[in-house]
Amino acid sequence: MASLDRTARAFLLSELVAGFALTLKYMFKPKVTVNYPYEKGPLSPRFRGEHALRRYPNGEERCIACKLCEAICPAQAITIEAEPRDDGSRRTTRYDIDMTKCIYCGFCQEACPVDAIVEGPNFEFSTETREELMYNKEKLLANGDRWEPTIAANLHSDAPYR
Amino acid sequence: MADLINFFTHHWLGQAIVILAECLAVTIPLLVAVAYMTYADRKIWASIQLRRGPNVVGPFGLLQPMADGLKLLLKETIVPSSANGVLFIIAPMIAFMTALIAWAVVPFDNGWVIADINVGILYLFAISSLGVYGVIIAGWASNSKYAFLGALRSAAQMVSYEVSIGFVLITVLLCVGSLNLTKVVLAQSGWFWSWFWLPLLPMFVIFFVSALAETNRTPFDLPMSEAELVQGFQTEYSSMPFALFFLGEYANMILLSALGSVLFLGGWMSPVPYAPFTLIPGVIWFALKIAFLLFVFSWTKGTLPRYRYDQLMRLGWKVFLPVSLGWVVLTAAVLQFGGWVPKL
Repeated sequence: MASLDRTARAFLLSELVAGFALTLKYMFKPKVTVNYPYEKGPLSPRFRGEHALRRYPNGEERCIACKLCEAICPAQAITIEAEPRDDGSRRTTRYDIDMTKCIYCGFCQEACPVDAIVEGPNFEFSTETREELMYNKEKLLANGDRWEPTIAANLHSDAPYR
Repeated sequence: MADLINFFTHHWLGQAIVILAECLAVTIPLLVAVAYMTYADRKIWASIQLRRGPNVVGPFGLLQPMADGLKLLLKETIVPSSANGVLFIIAPMIAFMTALIAWAVVPFDNGWVIADINVGILYLFAISSLGVYGVIIAGWASNSKYAFLGALRSAAQMVSYEVSIGFVLITVLLCVGSLNLTKVVLAQSGWFWSWFWLPLLPMFVIFFVSALAETNRTPFDLPMSEAELVQGFQTEYSSMPFALFFLGEYANMILLSALGSVLFLGGWMSPVPYAPFTLIPGVIWFALKIAFLLFVFSWTKGTLPRYRYDQLMRLGWKVFLPVSLGWVVLTAAVLQFGGWVPKL
């Protein structure tokens, strides 16, 4: 009987029919794709995207040029030069990140004692030239100004777990 | 007015103009259909895989085929330095041309056919065999091992499955008594169960599967199996020559769907032989039947994995050939002893 059964299945193409029915059923299921540029998936507050240099609410930049981020950076993507400012406080004169070297490990933001360098939620910063990915201090501060509300909210919501 | 009619029916220039217009009237809608077949294909596969498919260029991505065509048109045609330049360029033209000229005998409605010749089926069969040349020449002229292996596979596969397609055609023409495609359709008049797909159901299945093999579609897309042969005989092609192969392949699919609807699905006839269904123009019924078969083509691609090469050959020579041959004998016997031999 088993052989008869098998032969009948083979000739009636029952497995093929079952497969075709399955794919037809799937055709009418709702799509699982996120329609990316128009809708975006959720991001964790810990998401490590594009870097930003933050400021204090009074506009003073947070970075004190301790160079811990430069030291810890495993890809050696960060270059910092510093000297005392006119008012005697220690500030950076140069803060560059080579985004083509960066591996987005997040060590820089972990190392920072003043929460100055952070990796923000932005991941859409592709460029048409390589040179545009050599970020300098102005670019990083501008990023900080642009993303400050989101970054602050993320840091706040992640704080209980640190 | 009479002069004008006389010019178009009798003067050689007028006749040439009429033929040219007929060709354009077939070719242009066909090429548009090919373009949108690629779009429909991608949408159907996407749906089966729970994706969205092209949806950015134009509303619902409807301009995607145009964008793809423009992209291919603007790219550089690269001829490999070790390739045979002339044959390399000619091959895609052959592939494309053979896919188009076969349409001359396809009846779109009663009397709507460019060449109403008595050997229509034979002509189609001959032309579809010629299509192999484009592939073989492409594979050889490319001077690349992947292209060559792909061409060999494609040729072997097309030749093998053409044999069983031949027997399917013989069965149909036994039932019709004519090689003229218009007569094939007229022989199937009546309700949709009197079309040949039901009385000749096994042959319809064999025809469809052979059509898949003939057009190198999944599960028989071994000639261009990406994983092993890069892109088969198309490996070295770029830009417009590639586009010609691509268009030819899709035009061939549409052609075989058209042939399938003529032979088994009653061509331009409506499934219910009464008004209001008969008031719908035959072209629309024909297009719907072709669209249905094309949908099954895409559906198959979304469902089945690729055959192994020896399985493909086994199916072609050890299953389809004896079955179709047996069915020819059976049909002939039934017609003869049942007294249903069609009168010529």
